[in-house]
Amino acid sequence: MNTITYSKDSQQLATLTLNRTDAAVNKLDGAFRSDLKHCLDQLEAEKDSLRGVILCSGKDTFFAGADLEELLQYKSEQKLTMAATLADFKQQLTRLETLGIPVVACLNGSALGGGWELALACHHRIAIDHPKVRFGLPEVKLGLLPGGGGIVRMVRLLGLEAALPLLVEGRELQASAMRELGLVHDLAVDADDLIKKAKAWLHSGPMARQPWQEKAYRIPGGTPQTPKLAMKLPAAPAFLLKKTHGCYPAPEAILKAAVEGLNVDFETALKIESRYFIELLESPVSHNMIKTFFFDLNAVNKGASRPDKIIPRRWQKVGVLGAGMMGAGIAYAAAKAGIEVILKDVDQQTAERGKDYSRKIMEKKINRQQSSQEAADSLLARITATSDLQDLSGCEMIIEAVFEDRQLKATVTQESEVLLNQNGIFASNTSTLPITGLAKAAKRPDRFIGLHFFSPVDKMQLVEIIVGEKTSDETLAQAFDFVRQIKKTPIVVNDSRGFFTSRVFGTFTNEGIAMLGEGVLASSIEQAALQSGMPVGPLAVSDEVSLSLMMHILAQTEKDLAERGIARKPHPAETVIKKMVALGRPGRKAAAGFYDYPKQGRKHLWPKLAAEFTSQSQRLPFQDIKDRLLFIQAIETVRCLEEGVLRSSRDANIGSIFGIGFAPWSGGALQFINQYGLRRFTERAMELAEVYGERFQPPALLLEKAETQQAF
Amino acid sequence: MQRQALIYDALRTPRTRGKASGALYSMKPVGLIERLLKSLEHKHSFLATETEDLILGCVSAVGEQGANIAKTASLLAGWSPSVAGLTLNRFCASGLEAINTGAAKILAGWQELMVVGGVESMSHVPMGSDGGAWAMDPECNLKSRFIPQGVSADLIATLEGFSREELDQFALDSHRKATAAWEAQAFAKSILPICDQNGILLADKDELVRPDATLEGLASLKPSFASVGEVGFDQVALQKYHECERIDHRHTAGNSSGIVDGAALLVLGSEAIGQKYGIQPRARILSCATVSTEPTIMLTGPAPAARKALAAANLQLEDMDLFEVNEAFASVVLKFIRDLQVDPKKVNVNGGAIAMGHPLGATGAILISTLLDELETRSLRYGLATLCVGGGMGVATIIERLG
Repeated sequence: MNTITYSKDSQQLATLTLNRTDAAVNKLDGAFRSDLKHCLDQLEAEKDSLRGVILCSGKDTFFAGADLEELLQYKSEQKLTMAATLADFKQQLTRLETLGIPVVACLNGSALGGGWELALACHHRIAIDHPKVRFGLPEVKLGLLPGGGGIVRMVRLLGLEAALPLLVEGRELQASAMRELGLVHDLAVDADDLIKKAKAWLHSGPMARQPWQEKAYRIPGGTPQTPKLAMKLPAAPAFLLKKTHGCYPAPEAILKAAVEGLNVDFETALKIESRYFIELLESPVSHNMIKTFFFDLNAVNKGASRPDKIIPRRWQKVGVLGAGMMGAGIAYAAAKAGIEVILKDVDQQTAERGKDYSRKIMEKKINRQQSSQEAADSLLARITATSDLQDLSGCEMIIEAVFEDRQLKATVTQESEVLLNQNGIFASNTSTLPITGLAKAAKRPDRFIGLHFFSPVDKMQLVEIIVGEKTSDETLAQAFDFVRQIKKTPIVVNDSRGFFTSRVFGTFTNEGIAMLGEGVLASSIEQAALQSGMPVGPLAVSDEVSLSLMMHILAQTEKDLAERGIARKPHPAETVIKKMVALGRPGRKAAAGFYDYPKQGRKHLWPKLAAEFTSQSQRLPFQDIKDRLLFIQAIETVRCLEEGVLRSSRDANIGSIFGIGFAPWSGGALQFINQYGLRRFTERAMELAEVYGERFQPPALLLEKAETQQAF
Repeated sequence: MQRQALIYDALRTPRTRGKASGALYSMKPVGLIERLLKSLEHKHSFLATETEDLILGCVSAVGEQGANIAKTASLLAGWSPSVAGLTLNRFCASGLEAINTGAAKILAGWQELMVVGGVESMSHVPMGSDGGAWAMDPECNLKSRFIPQGVSADLIATLEGFSREELDQFALDSHRKATAAWEAQAFAKSILPICDQNGILLADKDELVRPDATLEGLASLKPSFASVGEVGFDQVALQKYHECERIDHRHTAGNSSGIVDGAALLVLGSEAIGQKYGIQPRARILSCATVSTEPTIMLTGPAPAARKALAAANLQLEDMDLFEVNEAFASVVLKFIRDLQVDPKKVNVNGGAIAMGHPLGATGAILISTLLDELETRSLRYGLATLCVGGGMGVATIIERLG
């Protein structure tokens, strides 16, 4: 046994210490399952001489959950083995709770997924109440469900209505919140207190039974036969679909398992739960999500795209030029991470307004009891709002976040670059302008880099790092460190117009707008986007970006390319964009775009859209509309990889999801192709190209990968 | 000679408010059928012994309406033990399905005489009391994209562009026609006043009809399905019907069918029955049809059902003199009229379920009795009755008046 140690003391208490010797955290894998079985054999053998069992952890956290590597490798041929494994593990948990000896879980740290399921099989749970210590069943976020009895036990303890949101959203709660729900029975301040309280409870002569094992126990809210619950039940799937748009099998499976489990006894409910777990494992969505949201994301955050051998850099002081929405957001993110920030704009008032952005966020956090006045004060003290350029002197990095105008950017670069300290880096937060061109204004183009933040900065996790032609590896590595220091996720791309994210995002909005121009109903376009898994429709998001900004970018692109003598093929979306702007409907800011924005009530599609664009209503197959919106992004992503804009498929997947909201169920824009099947994808792309335009033609790299059956 | 399925008689209870304040709330559901059976027996004494089967439609066949209420009612009425009983559920068309099932067996030559119809005491056994996997089991619910019928009705109104005013006008007309029909005693032949066991009258009128209904009054009512739509059902509908951006909730308690208690029965038999007992058939059942359409919009079955029944009877739409289309919701009937391009003046000439109520399991039989009465009054020949049905189904029956 190298995952659990078994000990027995003079007071007839057995202690199972979860403390695997081969890893930093406890996890649920074959070794653990087998050790748990041995421990139960031993407990059963010594049952008569035992008064109680303590389950505790020898790690900082209690238990991390399932071994995702094992799940990622799952193949359909293993379904019988998987069913047997699940049944066996559940049986061990049932043995634990029916030993006839009281079992207490000492939750010194987070217990998530399988760890929380283990805790739920104990009769009593004591936990340390600390913001970083979390409990819950987040499996749904990886396209799975809690397959170790988590659904069954949560529903039996809390009732369907209270349990569902926790399961379906994969909520992780602090000990005090779990205590309010009655799932944690007692709180402790530290590890000693934990053990002391556990022993005291065991000595108090408690019952060694779970609540639902009592004859008189009634599940809160009852079963589907209880009239009050029966009234609400038909709406539960609709409530779910409203959020998921039918893209996610996991929350649906959780709902099914939870409800069906209430119609049968405990053991049978466990079986039903396992069946749905295997069904989810069989679906590509769980595979996509485990791969991208666990393995890829971890690799990206750990520096897979950072040049190695360069000494990590800690950042102390940065300057931000431009205190608009982006600049203000960057200042907040940096200050939050303990970095001193000089926030500079043309006049003091504007700069102060930028700082107020942080103040407002902190006020909200204090109101929601997510932060303290102290924390707010010290964060704000780190931001200096100024209109004086000289205040930037001594900054280790300057990030410009001024208007997307080449000339303006050149001016501020020249003015401020000289104020950087010796090893300083100049970063541009541009979303479209090529970095190599911008770097021409800099004295040290090797120390010039693009840091593309996403709006709103305080909520968006991604930063796209753009490497210019002359940007050095050292600059890249250090910029990477900065992004990690402010706790964001960096992807690294090479220079190109629109880089990766803006370029792909543009294909999405353009495709939607083009379809409108073809006569497809606007509501169908928007629905198709949502049902593909995009967070917003292309028309709605274009209104947010603003059609006039799109025109501006278009004009800039046209001008730049013309200067280089490159002919440009206009996209069919452009006539629609131009027409909308000419009609005085540039987007949300003007309260008039594809949508109307009434002062009262919800926004809705502009009623005249149909008359302007859909007079000859074009009924495309709905699947075509959906496919066009995802395929065009995936194809553009392949082009970015082919052209060397993207450096890794990992960054492509993470960037597409966290930057532009590419259908998360798919695992990202390239994983979408993998899971679709490369050859099938290529064939479908050719079909789309035939009907809807050359832009769907599969790039050479895709054809090559399909030919050699190599996944991205 | 070709066998015929003939209607010899029809009888129904008044429809009364489906809650504790309703005039028939004090009457148990089985008692409603018992009274209709006894009244039929009074007119045709052979029924109590010679009827082979009593087929009743009943949607919420649980509790007081559970365990085969047809057989129970026959026993309660003191009919011969030789009378069998069957309860069936085709949701809102159960009553019509009972007729069609009976007619088919007579046409097949397997049975000669049966009493068919339906019952629903919505005050005693509320809608939805029978649960069921369709709405309650998440897998079934998700797979079929379940939404409540009211949201479906609003979806139809939105897609078809039926305004709130049009729906309310239709409802007002239903009340006006029903009022006029009651004044003209159009239902006199078929209504059985319901008394308690001591012969004291409980109800002799359809309770919900409002002679004083106004457009203003109807316009002041709040949409009934807006909040349930908001929970998520609107989105479920729009995910399928993406040609509209949102659902405008235009149905209210005023332009939807009323929740009532009621029951209805018909005497069905072969030609031989008439000859044997010396009674005249009133009508012939020419054809019937069952269809099923897309389940989320759910209520679009009547038009295809009507087409199918017409084809089976080898008749044209123009041959039909009158239509009874169940007024589950105003938009359902308006869509039927639009889809088939029928003359609205031929549809529901004596009002419908918006004015008089929709006792789920009984309505199909009520429609046939109303249709038959009016064909007789006007000396017309062909009539078609149809209902929209949960799950997307539709049922229609065509009758021909005789004599």
